[in-house]
Amino acid sequence: MEAVIGLEIHVQLSTQTKMFCGCRLSFGDEPNTHTCPVCLAHPGVLPVPNKKAIDYALLIAAALECEVAPRSIFHRKNYFYPDNPKAYQISQFDIPIAINGRLGDVRIHRAHLEEDAAKMIHVGESGRIQGSDASLVDFNRGGTPLVEIVTEPDLKSGAQVREWGQLLRATIKQLGVSNVNMEEGSLRCDANVSIRPVGSDVLGTKTEMKNMNSFRFIERGIEAEIERQKQLVASGGRVVQETLHYDPTSGELHSLRSKEEAHDYRYLPEPDLVPIAPSEQMITSARESLPELPAAKASRYRDQLGVQDAAALLLSFETEWAEFFEGVVAADDSIEPRVAANWVTGELAAELRKQGDEAPSGSRVTPASLAVLVGLVASKRVSHSAAKNVLEIMVAEGGEALEIVKEQGLEQISDSGELEAMVEAAIEANPKPAEQVRSGNDKAIGALVGAVMKQSKGRADGGEVTRLLKEKLSG
Amino acid sequence: MPDSDLKAATAAETAALIRRGEVSAGECLSTWLEQASADELNAYLWTADEAAALDGVDQNSKSPVTGVPVAIKDIFCTRGVPTTAASKILEGYRPPYTATAVRRLAAAGMPMLGKTNMDEFAMGSSNENSAYGPALNPWDRKRVPGGSSGGSAAAVAGGLAPWALGTDTGGSIRQPAALCGIVGLKPTYGSVSRYGMIAFASSLDQCGPLTRDVTDAALLLSQIEGRDEMDSTSTGIEGGISLPSAIGLEGLSFGIPVDLLGEGMDPGVRAVFDQTVSTIEGLGGSVREVRLAHASHGISAYYVLAPAEASTNLSRYDGVRYGIRDSNRDLASMYEITRGDGFGAEVKRRIMLGTYALSSGYYDAYYGRAQRVRTMIVRDFDAAFGQVDFVITPTSPSVAFGLGEKTLDPLTMYMSDLFTVPMSLAGVPAISIPSGMASPEGGGEKMPVGFQIAAPAFGEQGLLEAAFALEAALGFDGSIGREGR
Ligand SMILES: [Zn+2]
Repeated sequence: MEAVIGLEIHVQLSTQTKMFCGCRLSFGDEPNTHTCPVCLAHPGVLPVPNKKAIDYALLIAAALECEVAPRSIFHRKNYFYPDNPKAYQISQFDIPIAINGRLGDVRIHRAHLEEDAAKMIHVGESGRIQGSDASLVDFNRGGTPLVEIVTEPDLKSGAQVREWGQLLRATIKQLGVSNVNMEEGSLRCDANVSIRPVGSDVLGTKTEMKNMNSFRFIERGIEAEIERQKQLVASGGRVVQETLHYDPTSGELHSLRSKEEAHDYRYLPEPDLVPIAPSEQMITSARESLPELPAAKASRYRDQLGVQDAAALLLSFETEWAEFFEGVVAADDSIEPRVAANWVTGELAAELRKQGDEAPSGSRVTPASLAVLVGLVASKRVSHSAAKNVLEIMVAEGGEALEIVKEQGLEQISDSGELEAMVEAAIEANPKPAEQVRSGNDKAIGALVGAVMKQSKGRADGGEVTRLLKEKLSG
Repeated sequence: MPDSDLKAATAAETAALIRRGEVSAGECLSTWLEQASADELNAYLWTADEAAALDGVDQNSKSPVTGVPVAIKDIFCTRGVPTTAASKILEGYRPPYTATAVRRLAAAGMPMLGKTNMDEFAMGSSNENSAYGPALNPWDRKRVPGGSSGGSAAAVAGGLAPWALGTDTGGSIRQPAALCGIVGLKPTYGSVSRYGMIAFASSLDQCGPLTRDVTDAALLLSQIEGRDEMDSTSTGIEGGISLPSAIGLEGLSFGIPVDLLGEGMDPGVRAVFDQTVSTIEGLGGSVREVRLAHASHGISAYYVLAPAEASTNLSRYDGVRYGIRDSNRDLASMYEITRGDGFGAEVKRRIMLGTYALSSGYYDAYYGRAQRVRTMIVRDFDAAFGQVDFVITPTSPSVAFGLGEKTLDPLTMYMSDLFTVPMSLAGVPAISIPSGMASPEGGGEKMPVGFQIAAPAFGEQGLLEAAFALEAALGFDGSIGREGR
């Protein structure tokens, strides 16, 4: 059996104001402080579409290589719930703003504009509306512009969903149209999962997995669901269409509601709004204003700059890191991009993390200062291990690499006499491993190299030390 | 000047008196507030005191209507003032904002006399669907004023307001204007902002004037029309509206839609209509027959489309944020009991009809088909206006009927809008002017008969000119109804 997975992704747009009224968007403000008659659905109010949200949707459509509908229309999707004050959500139904796109190896079925619901808080132990002591509604979120992206069922595994999801998130982040923060809910992903015999082109009964707030949980949830379906079918059972919730702590899947309770949304073309008819100019300008997107950037780093796969992906998914990397390369064109990329995504990222920093932008290290350090290593003036010590100081206190090297006396020992003396001293002080090396046990050389490095405070070139040790001990 | 003169004056005349300083805006307001508060027609659901009447009003405005007070249908949201759409479900509701049309009138210096009675959520043709009792026809208080803007029509015809704002979805301005012997104009869909007008059927609802004569209708329309950024379907009327001055109808052609006029018309109404047609010819207008082949299906289409939109528009009345709320702690029960108690029978009937028409599996058979009928009616009007300048009909097939006469038979009641619904579906402007008197079919004293003229979309100016010329020739005296004040 193989798994067939399609995704529905909701992206909250980071416009100044809501989709259909002038209320400011905010996250984490006092509840119900960003409301007006329109988003509270008072009698007599009318929606007015947010032009910026339409522009953002067109940018997403361009980034996902979608066709843009010449006239897309809004519908009312009717259902009663306290988070939905009009008792209908304004969404797009049969004519969405964008169709038939692609991102990486996954086809996009459609992308449409809609408004977000308000946020419900259920007071009491259950945490759900049933059995709660009271339910509170915060209308600040109600009416936030959303783009819902629906993929074709082109994904095959939880891992692929995670990787592709990360690519989508990075792509939308690059566009600057959303915060794409899964924990805050500005990016939400639902997955439809089914299985079928390998080679079949018939889709099995799918289950829907809702409200997973990280791609890692989504990966695990989907894997658990695929496994559950496989076992069910293997034991002669049948998959039932239902909505599932994956609990990442217990690793269990819970059924939320079965399809028997399915809503009839009674879609109605929204009479209060005219169709969205983007001009040719709007569509072109969306295409032309696209920045270099992560997928393209990753392949450029890989194919043109020779950056290793993993580093290329890391860099291209995070604009800030990519900019930092390109800054290092630009500061000194003698530095190999591959080496610079490893320093940025490896040593620098690790050191920043160690010192509690996430992003390079706020740190004391600049692309130019890192370039100097990398240059010192490349020209063998500083050993790799000493350079790490320098970087630690640069991250903690700032400063220029060269000055730190001098102050700390970390310049690589280039005087072969000095190095030879250290090597001889190490052999003398460690007769046992020295003897082992002499008798053909090459592994024992590590202890001697370590001793020299320690004595030189990392200033020695490891390769040179090994060479000298071998020379002395083979005689 | 004596109060009686002020009460007899049209709004335009009153505005002129105020401008010339012959009467002060303050005197004018107190006269009319006194009239409004002595309402015996149940025309008002709420009447203002002086402070409330002037709240938000620009008294220094130099508009052509400054100082002339106006009655507002209770379907318009008015900040801090009870607004119920004549429904129990909105009891106690005071909106936090004011409708655009009302704001424009306040900005033009017009005080608000009060909020007028109506059929609940504008659903009805007799005003008997008000949760607060029907308004009465000032010509005969045992008869209905029409609906849904029945309170506005009764107030103007009964001398309780110089003029009033109403709304028309399928005839809700024109039919009560006809039944009360006054002028009512439904503008082109999109002419006037719908922002703040409590929605019944959004693709049909349009705000318009109910007035004593055609000049007042033009004057009031000129103040409310215009594009509003709060209503993306609003466009305004290009070039605005000026006061009509035509004296003849030479060179103008009028079409009688024979497909529509075949059935169910009172003989008295027919006689007045025929007489009015002769008057048109006497004024130099030419009259001919035109085809509106699908117009007779208008009522059927309307009673699918309007309830469908209404069923979703009225879903927001759930007891959560405003209006009445049942205290049941279970969410579904709270919804059901609140809505069960809050809505009247006709509103529930239409919510059920509309919900059914939109439900999956029935959508194409009902809503989809009704939309196609609407499209054909639009084309019919396009074709007719290719041949004639105006389409004319009686406004209503009958004169005002007795209270309770049709309440048990919704289908007969729905037929009251037979001649007005097609124009609503086509979105074109139409005016009803008083054209004579006729005896009710079951006998009794004569009651007013309305004459409807429809024009192409945004042809309001031409429509008003024609109506103005005809009004002068018909000589309907525009006086207050027999049993008014
Ligand atoms: Zn708002």
